[in-house]
Amino acid sequence: MKYRLAALMLLCPVLTVHAENGKVQEQIFANGLKVLVKEDHRAPVVVSQVWYKVGSSYETGGITGISHMLEHMMFKGTKLYPPGEFSRIIAQNGGSENAFTGNDYTAYFQTMEKTRLEISFKLEADRMRNLELKADELEKELQVVTEERRMRTDDQPRAKTLEQFNAVAFANSPYKNPVIGWPSDIANYKVEDLQSWYQQWYAPNNATLVVVGDVDPEQVMKMAEQYFSGLQPSIIKPIKPQDEIEQKGVKRITVKAPAKLPYIMMGYKVPVLKTAKPEWEAYALEVLAAILDGGNSSRLPSRLIRGKEIAVSAGANYDLTSRMTDLFMLEATPAEGHNVFDMEYALQEEVLNLKSELVSNDELQRIKAQVSAKDVFQKDSNFYQAMELGMLETVGIGWQKANEYVAGINQVTAEQVQEVARKYLIEDNLSIAYLEPQPITESTKPAKLTGVHHAF
Amino acid sequence: MRFNLIGFLLLIVCQSGWAAVKIEYWQNPHGGRVYFVQTPSLPMVDVRIAFDAGSARDGAQFGVASMTSSLLGTSSGEWSADEVANRFDSVGAAFSNGISEDMAWLSLRSLTDKVLFEKALATFREVLSRPVFNEVDFQREKNLTLAALKHREESPAALASIAFHKAIYQDHPYAHPEDGVVQTVAGFEVGDLKSFYQKFYVSANAIVVIIGDLSRQQAEQVAESLLNSLPVGERPAEIPQVTLPAKASFLHIDFPSSQTHVLTGMPGVYRKDPDYFPLYVGNHILGGASMVSKLFEEVREKRGLAYSAYSQFSPLFRQGPFIMGLQTRNDQTNKAIEVMDSVLRDFLDKGPSEAELSAAKQNITGGFAMRIDTNSKLTDYVTMIGFYQQPLDYLDVFQSKVESVSAQDIKDAFQRRIRPELLQTVTVGSK
Repeated sequence: MKYRLAALMLLCPVLTVHAENGKVQEQIFANGLKVLVKEDHRAPVVVSQVWYKVGSSYETGGITGISHMLEHMMFKGTKLYPPGEFSRIIAQNGGSENAFTGNDYTAYFQTMEKTRLEISFKLEADRMRNLELKADELEKELQVVTEERRMRTDDQPRAKTLEQFNAVAFANSPYKNPVIGWPSDIANYKVEDLQSWYQQWYAPNNATLVVVGDVDPEQVMKMAEQYFSGLQPSIIKPIKPQDEIEQKGVKRITVKAPAKLPYIMMGYKVPVLKTAKPEWEAYALEVLAAILDGGNSSRLPSRLIRGKEIAVSAGANYDLTSRMTDLFMLEATPAEGHNVFDMEYALQEEVLNLKSELVSNDELQRIKAQVSAKDVFQKDSNFYQAMELGMLETVGIGWQKANEYVAGINQVTAEQVQEVARKYLIEDNLSIAYLEPQPITESTKPAKLTGVHHAF
Repeated sequence: MRFNLIGFLLLIVCQSGWAAVKIEYWQNPHGGRVYFVQTPSLPMVDVRIAFDAGSARDGAQFGVASMTSSLLGTSSGEWSADEVANRFDSVGAAFSNGISEDMAWLSLRSLTDKVLFEKALATFREVLSRPVFNEVDFQREKNLTLAALKHREESPAALASIAFHKAIYQDHPYAHPEDGVVQTVAGFEVGDLKSFYQKFYVSANAIVVIIGDLSRQQAEQVAESLLNSLPVGERPAEIPQVTLPAKASFLHIDFPSSQTHVLTGMPGVYRKDPDYFPLYVGNHILGGASMVSKLFEEVREKRGLAYSAYSQFSPLFRQGPFIMGLQTRNDQTNKAIEVMDSVLRDFLDKGPSEAELSAAKQNITGGFAMRIDTNSKLTDYVTMIGFYQQPLDYLDVFQSKVESVSAQDIKDAFQRRIRPELLQTVTVGSK
């Protein structure tokens, strides 16, 4: 086919390089589906993502992790396409696909050669409303998810620590629950639970379709309309706010797990872009995170890992695109001869520093240079660009905010960084988890695989 | 297939204006090879320099290649480690470095704005050519490495991988972990790293890859300035051939985890291997394609035994590992291994069906554009092509090589190369 193609190509008009990279087209269909299309003509490929406004923070007790479980079941077939067929069709068309679930979203994607976009639309539109949930498929997939949980959380000391940390740091916010769900909830999902979760949230008026790539937006809109506009909307009831109550003092936990290195994580409750009033607070916290951990010259690596040489890892993390109040995280691994309490002290000292002294102009300039550069670097990936739009839209911030990010960071002043440090990085807002390593005793046994009929 | 494919075919035909990839190649007078792809659409550039200086060059000092690499980026020329970090960060540049079994590399990603790029490049050149190897940096990096080696022991997956490589490679330079082991690293002195650096980080042993928005002339200047900053030196002798294990073996490591990690395999394919394409396409069917392979189907989709079940070839200068892997609840380990074995046995006996082969080809060739659609991916591909001296038209002919593989080719290649009587199996978990 490749050869025939080369000959026929002569008949096609020569396409000039497009100049429309970067513009986002938006359309909302009558059934409520929002479609975003961003042109990027660097390569003849396209990524298509369907984002649903549902994730673990929408879940209630007893069914935690059900959004993630449903994500798995979305590959298990509809009336038109039996289990596995979706993936086979995508694969046969050269596509790669997957899905992911977070606190605030569930998203499905295909990356395809640009002319195959229609295949993705046809299949995604079908499974948006026509999923067939079957008990026997659920039974198997439940095992898969249980294995996934063992691999990602149960056998990973730091992931386990984080899970227990979140469960304590948040008093009533649904962010206290793991995205993958608690084991006994996972073990007890019933088909009816998944069915009602699917009915409740999977509808065009609760979804955003994002397309980024070498496409003509008008054609994409037309094609999207053909496949998605006939889907019935649902009545989407607004979700209860479940706002986190005010914390009244530091919380500390210890997590014991088989491990070799101790570890500490600390989290302060902070606003995010969606909840910050005024909005600049979120950008100031973003800058603050970069002061501590934005590149190898930032404060934590240069002072704790180099400098004092008391830590072998140290980091700060803030996600301003969460839907609800979240945590500004600090974490560290002590160097030999130091312990988690030294880390706690050193991290607190850095926090104190941010409150008592203005960050330097050099540091601010450095962060601004990094943000401008990253803004270009990120355009190297269609997938990232689509992620950004989909996520902002799905958490309720609106995709347009993507265009304001660089300016938002650039406007942050040293005084504002100090102000958010003083306002939010306070002990009453703080939770701490210490990972306390338990011994791992390994023993090696050659040639003993009891009971296995190993053919080889 | 339920689609009206006619419509799609017509569309496919009209994708024009995008040839595969034009790799420009030249050689520096000092012997370094240079590979350049101009991608003008974003004002950025990736510059990478790679040396034949991976962990296969460790000799008895397991981990010396890795630690040498980790010192690059600390004090360099007149600048301290902090100043180096500051210089990169102040222009928004991203510096990274690392090693594999065969290769050590340093990478720079920068905006092409003249002032920013010049500062980034000047820093990169110092880091590359004038590392100080001072005692303070050395001790700190050594402690970081020792902590990382300790951290590795928390992970059943990492322990399985280490034991597996030892089992399939025995005394070959690919046998030990890339980061080394505590016993050797603890004994390093700064002089060990310096000698390693002086021997291997030389222009005769280097390739330079440049991908981005530069003119040919600019790219030449960049390559010259990097290669000319190094002594010429010489290329090291080739690493030895891999000897296949004498017989199958099983090893179990007790570990307090809820899952058992299973790895089975043997030395597989090398970069210039005549069997490369049949093995590559065959493996795609067996366990390479992420959601539609035979292993995925039998282990996960039909039986729910694991979250991930896969097989892969990792081609190296010599035969890289062929691995089949999965992780499963401790008490169903035997069952999972049986399924994995029977999938392989069946594949070796029968080879792929025509339908499977054609689906695999459609997936690989249909998705070809996605392999090279970003500067990042191009940088990786072109580094591979340059380092392993693949033909410059590797990417152009890739699809036709895949198309020309037959079911019989796959069956033959697998039967010759994947030998059940030599498979090494490692399990890590609790019984």
